[in-house]
Amino acid sequence: MNRTQITIDANEAVAEIAYRLNEVIAIYPITPSSPMGEWADAWAAAGKPNLWGTTPAVVEMQSEGGAAGVVHGALQTGSLTTTFTASQGLLLMIPNMYKIAGELTPAVIHVAARALAAQGLSIFGDHSDVMATRATGFALLCSNSVQEAMDFAVVAQTATLNSRIPFLHFFDGFRTSHEVNKIELLTDDDLRAMIDLSKVLEHRARALSPDHPVIRGTAQNPDVYFQARESVNRFYNACAQVVQDAMDQFASLTGRQYHAFEYHGAANAERVIVMMGSGAEAAHETVDYLNTQGAKVGVLKVRLYRPFDAKRFMEAMPATTKSVAVLDRTKEPGSAGEPLYLDCVTALHEGLSSGWGELQAMPKVVGGRYGLASHEFTPAMIKAVFDNLAQSKPKNHFTVGIHDDVTHSSLPYDAAFSIEPDSVVRAMFYGLGSDGTVGANKNSIKIIGENTNQFAQGYFVYDSKKSGAITVSHLRFGPQPIRSTYLISQASFVACHQPIFLERYDMLSPLKPGGTFLLNAPWSAAEVWPHLPRAMQEQLIEKQIRFFVIDANKVARASGMGNRVNTVMQVCFFALSGALPHDEAIAAIKSAIKKSYSSKGDEIVAMNLRAVDQTLEQLFAVNVPAQVTSQLLLPPPVASTAPPFVRDVLGKMIATRGDELPVSALPCDGTYPSGTAKWEKRNLAEEIPVWDSQVCIQCGKCAMVCPHSVIRIKVYDPKHLAEAPPTFKSCAAKDREWNGLKYTIQVAPEDCTGCGICVDICPAKNKSQTRLKAINMTPQPPLRESERDNWNFFLNVPEVDRRLLKISSIRQQQLQEPLFEFSGACAGCGETPYIKLVTQLFGDRTIIANATGCSSIYGGNLPTTPYTRNADGRGPAWANSLFEDNAEFGLGFRVSLDKQTEFAAQLLTRLAPAIGGELSQEILKADQRDEAGIHEQRERVAALKYKLSKLDSEEAQQLLPIADLFVRKSVWIIGGDGWAYDIGFGGLDHVLASGRNVNVLVLDTEVYSNTGGQMSKATPRGAVAKFAAGGKPAAKKDLGLIAMTYGNVYVARVAMGARDEHTLKAFLEAEAYDGPSLIIAYSHCIAHGINMTTGMQNQKAAVDSGQWLLYRFNPEREQHGENPLQLDSRAPKIPLEQYLYSENRFKMLTKSNPEEARRLLKQAQLDVHDRWHFYEYLAARKGELPKEESEGIDG
Amino acid sequence: MNLQTNYLGLNLRTPLVVSASPLSEELDDIKRMEDAGAAAVVLYSLFEEQLKQDRFELEHHLTHGTESYAEALTYFPEPTEFHLGPEGYLNHIRKAKEHVNIPIIASLNGDSMGGWTTYAKEMQQAGADALELNIYHIPADPMLTGAQVEQTYLEILESVKSQVMIPVSVKLSPYFSSLANMAQRLDLAGANGLVLFNRFYQPDIHLDSLEVRPNVILSTPQALRLPMRWIAILYGKLRADLAATSGIHTAHDVVKMLMVGASATMLCAVLYRHGIEYIRTLEREVIDWMDEHEYESVAQMLGSMSQQHCANPIEFERAQYVKALHSFKPAHA
Repeated sequence: MNRTQITIDANEAVAEIAYRLNEVIAIYPITPSSPMGEWADAWAAAGKPNLWGTTPAVVEMQSEGGAAGVVHGALQTGSLTTTFTASQGLLLMIPNMYKIAGELTPAVIHVAARALAAQGLSIFGDHSDVMATRATGFALLCSNSVQEAMDFAVVAQTATLNSRIPFLHFFDGFRTSHEVNKIELLTDDDLRAMIDLSKVLEHRARALSPDHPVIRGTAQNPDVYFQARESVNRFYNACAQVVQDAMDQFASLTGRQYHAFEYHGAANAERVIVMMGSGAEAAHETVDYLNTQGAKVGVLKVRLYRPFDAKRFMEAMPATTKSVAVLDRTKEPGSAGEPLYLDCVTALHEGLSSGWGELQAMPKVVGGRYGLASHEFTPAMIKAVFDNLAQSKPKNHFTVGIHDDVTHSSLPYDAAFSIEPDSVVRAMFYGLGSDGTVGANKNSIKIIGENTNQFAQGYFVYDSKKSGAITVSHLRFGPQPIRSTYLISQASFVACHQPIFLERYDMLSPLKPGGTFLLNAPWSAAEVWPHLPRAMQEQLIEKQIRFFVIDANKVARASGMGNRVNTVMQVCFFALSGALPHDEAIAAIKSAIKKSYSSKGDEIVAMNLRAVDQTLEQLFAVNVPAQVTSQLLLPPPVASTAPPFVRDVLGKMIATRGDELPVSALPCDGTYPSGTAKWEKRNLAEEIPVWDSQVCIQCGKCAMVCPHSVIRIKVYDPKHLAEAPPTFKSCAAKDREWNGLKYTIQVAPEDCTGCGICVDICPAKNKSQTRLKAINMTPQPPLRESERDNWNFFLNVPEVDRRLLKISSIRQQQLQEPLFEFSGACAGCGETPYIKLVTQLFGDRTIIANATGCSSIYGGNLPTTPYTRNADGRGPAWANSLFEDNAEFGLGFRVSLDKQTEFAAQLLTRLAPAIGGELSQEILKADQRDEAGIHEQRERVAALKYKLSKLDSEEAQQLLPIADLFVRKSVWIIGGDGWAYDIGFGGLDHVLASGRNVNVLVLDTEVYSNTGGQMSKATPRGAVAKFAAGGKPAAKKDLGLIAMTYGNVYVARVAMGARDEHTLKAFLEAEAYDGPSLIIAYSHCIAHGINMTTGMQNQKAAVDSGQWLLYRFNPEREQHGENPLQLDSRAPKIPLEQYLYSENRFKMLTKSNPEEARRLLKQAQLDVHDRWHFYEYLAARKGELPKEESEGIDG
Repeated sequence: MNLQTNYLGLNLRTPLVVSASPLSEELDDIKRMEDAGAAAVVLYSLFEEQLKQDRFELEHHLTHGTESYAEALTYFPEPTEFHLGPEGYLNHIRKAKEHVNIPIIASLNGDSMGGWTTYAKEMQQAGADALELNIYHIPADPMLTGAQVEQTYLEILESVKSQVMIPVSVKLSPYFSSLANMAQRLDLAGANGLVLFNRFYQPDIHLDSLEVRPNVILSTPQALRLPMRWIAILYGKLRADLAATSGIHTAHDVVKMLMVGASATMLCAVLYRHGIEYIRTLEREVIDWMDEHEYESVAQMLGSMSQQHCANPIEFERAQYVKALHSFKPAHA
């Protein structure tokens, strides 16, 4: 049969099959499995039928636990049901997995296997999550490549129906889930041939039905539970054969034969690696290479890990095997060995004693760990494992791929060892996320994969920061299937899509001698040489590299494509790589452009075609001079003045050399210093804001909205200007309370992302040229040096005494030092200004519990992190536990701090005679409602600590480390709407009901932003989001109203861009309130499809249209007989449509489904009307005094 | 009372036509227009520039921020199909034609010659009874001559006429050096009607924010005078029908426009002020006026006060106040 060859990634490949073979699909976003759910949802929205002609019901749940519940329920009522997940999500499914398996229910869960959060979170691939499910009773089937992922999706479905055992089909997160590869698409006929309809009908027959009722899920007593548990054994005993039958049947259809255990290598192999997952493919090609060099080695790929069939394992093992290394991509601290290793050891012992297979004697068996969290696993490492096996006493429980200089577990390996043949074109592309490089490369793979007989592979490495993100694409093309599941280290082609990378990265190290280097730069072939760093010139000469240059930005601009150089660079790649004959390449690119963009309109197609036509005449070969002339050196990743840990450890990570760090360099418990982002000078901004003191009205708004805390304000004595750099700006402070003082707004030029939100918010205009404001975007490079000096000088100007600031006034409040700076958030982020505000107001006494999501990523992703400390060394203490438990995590902080404070008070009372009664009493009764009170308490505590240090009692020793708790601590629980409205809502609800003094800040972007914009219950009606491709039909959940029903929760809804002073007031009131408080903060987001520069205007429009009400519900007001609810926004004054259609999330529905858009708009406008009148009614109610008090008055 | 009139070859029950505006965006409102007695509806304009901008905007927002961060490689689902062309507008024509019996005149503002002709053809195919070309251009380029601007108008008209069979009118601005000459050239180029005059967005300055804010100002009754003068001047000199728009707020205004020679009187601001149902009031008041003044038909009064037929034609050309005795008449008059 002729099947279509397509180039897709494994997520799409698996979703393609799972969708066709199921009726109910329960989904929840989690990296790296989210795209499977997104595909399913998009297809369902488009009405695509499954194999049996009906469109599957796709339902998004509030958590993976919820999704598992739906899966269980749908299975129990007879539907073919699936779900997709990974990592923590899979952990949340475990309880249901036991149930589903215990009830012998056929189903497949597809997992893009990912690391688990331990000392740190990682989104990357390993088998830790899957291994945590191995006791559930699910069968575990592992695929190693994109093709296998598609194939095993149907094998798993077949086997589960035939065996009744539920299957977990997994493949490596990112390395497989996101690798684009050329594969053969399975047809509906293939699937029909695999799926036995009678088994489907048997599944239906077991369904719960009142027409033939049964009871399932009984509670069982000691007398029978055990026996009942053993009743499933025969199904597990039969399972491996069922799987093999399915594999054999699949082979008869497709020619691709798989086995539960599959050996590849020398028939007389003496050394064998046992492993599963993508790494086995790298081992496969390494085995081939080593055997051509005379080695006798092999790899045994484990496909079916559970049920583990020891007999088949033994039968697959070569008789000649003398030593075996079992590699696990997981870690079980404290175990006798990792799970696959233990299983293999057991199987060998049992197999030899049972006479299974041909092996006659027990080989040497060792276990090792590799590739945790997508750590590179290369042929060099595989060779090291084989070398270890050749030792008389091979190291056991080893690691490979890292340098463990603490417990010395690691195997040494030769990093230069490479087996990549010259028949494979190996190309690397350095681009920015914003320039379209990755998209173009995915396109190139499709072109080559679908227009030639070549096999093609693409893998993409992304940045850990969301703004100014660099991408590195790794593309391989060759005549044989590509099994190289590791990054390119010996490239034949390197392209640099952004000239700014010249000063940042050593891009030519991986380029092999005689390779090709393509540079996008504004210089001609004659001009480019002096602009190159010295190291690059040296390599160009030494390696005799073919060097080409193009001004791709010029071509892109001329074609109407702005800064997206993707098409231009793609044309150059084809021209230089020879992947296709020239004319064919151009025709294929143009055809791909038409295919990709025709749905977006003729203009988009036309501009891309223009770019293709204009490219080659601008591409020039550079005559590489014989002499190195450049004095330009790559600057160190961080300044030499940085602390040693930042310089030596984080600096290596910044320089993309974190792989080289030994174990000893890293903290053993996940604890990292704060205040490290300031050392990573990213120089992202092409333009930075420049202050015009003459125009400025000193309102402080620019500093308040700055998402990256790069705009700072100080007011200071003029004497501090004595040593000021020549271009440092200052003027007289305008506030009457600052008479005689100087005022400066200073920008951190190398930390700014250039978002321009400060300029947009600035209310002051130049009276002569109204296009200018008090702060204006200006090209950064000419200012970099001088503004760097100014910034450094500014940092040394003393901060203003916090006690002197009127913090209810933004003008003064914004002088407070932000203790959250230079995060990795998107340029123009709508969340970070709120976090910064928390740190300005309370940061020196704040502990933050942060839910997983955007805020934990830009708040805590290595290499450098933004929470910092003030000159006294105080600042926010921050931690991320999980996604789902953040409210509870924060409550834990509160309960713990309160308990310790109580204990401290008891100790202090006991120690009062020794400390002094007056000081003790002052400490215990201190008024800490304002900064002055806190300052005084700190001084008292300092005196106390001094006295305690002189005391020798046990009580004094106990009190000393907790004495600081006498200074009021502020607990903040921060997260996004996905956490607060969905996965964490149960916990949040409980915490709010607890009455404890915690402050909850919900950064409401109305979608799961971090995972790419999936719908949450905060998503408004009519918005298009992933999992709501047809526009969200239901209204947004009113979290604030729910919280208000408790009566004792302070609730505020704020939008900084609409009313900044209201936001400030709400934060102050929330923190001051001695009980739970909830602030729901409108956060504009890149996932809204807006211009992020003007995001604050979107916030204002949301409020002006009545879509987002501003209010404060302060239970304290009830004590004064007032209505606790104050409605702080006015009646809607612009039509909702005006706001909604300024955002792509709403507007795109008018382009994809105009009728539905119209219907939902009408409903949404009605929502606005009803909501306004409801809140107006609530806010208009007369307040009542508390009962006792009012009785007293009446009486 | 016979209110019938003929405009663009369409027999209209009355001269009361709804002019192009967002009022016709909803099908229900078009039905209400018919119910209120509108003789025809000129639909809101299809702006080619808007379609293009929407396409660029969508492409930008679907790609912005994508393929940058491993957890969020895209931010939006991407449907396989977008309605980025004039489908919505064409469907609107179709639905309007299905649901009302009065003529539906489509209105088009092109941005390229290809756009003008393609969309005009599609509007014809969708069932539009006629087409109004909303040629809308502020010639801010100092290098652009008046002759070039005029030539552009003619080329657009000729191109569209060569592609469609339905009648085509041109909605004009008053800003031509020689409007009469321009009108004649459009007439010769095949215009079936001229609509006088287009109202443009006019920029205003917001003094608090120091921003330029363009908006449209609804016409006042005073706006009537300009089209009235020019219709009076042009009546009888062209083959094309004339339609009046701007400033028609009362039955008297309608009558005046008919008398100077407008075959159709187009309503917009008055409907925004008083509601769509006000068409019925206007019709009744026109009838009342005609009754009172013993007119039998619109045909009877059409052009009766045009420059050609009025007693003092020079008044339509007077631009400045000139002191003169009412009794004096120049010898050559």
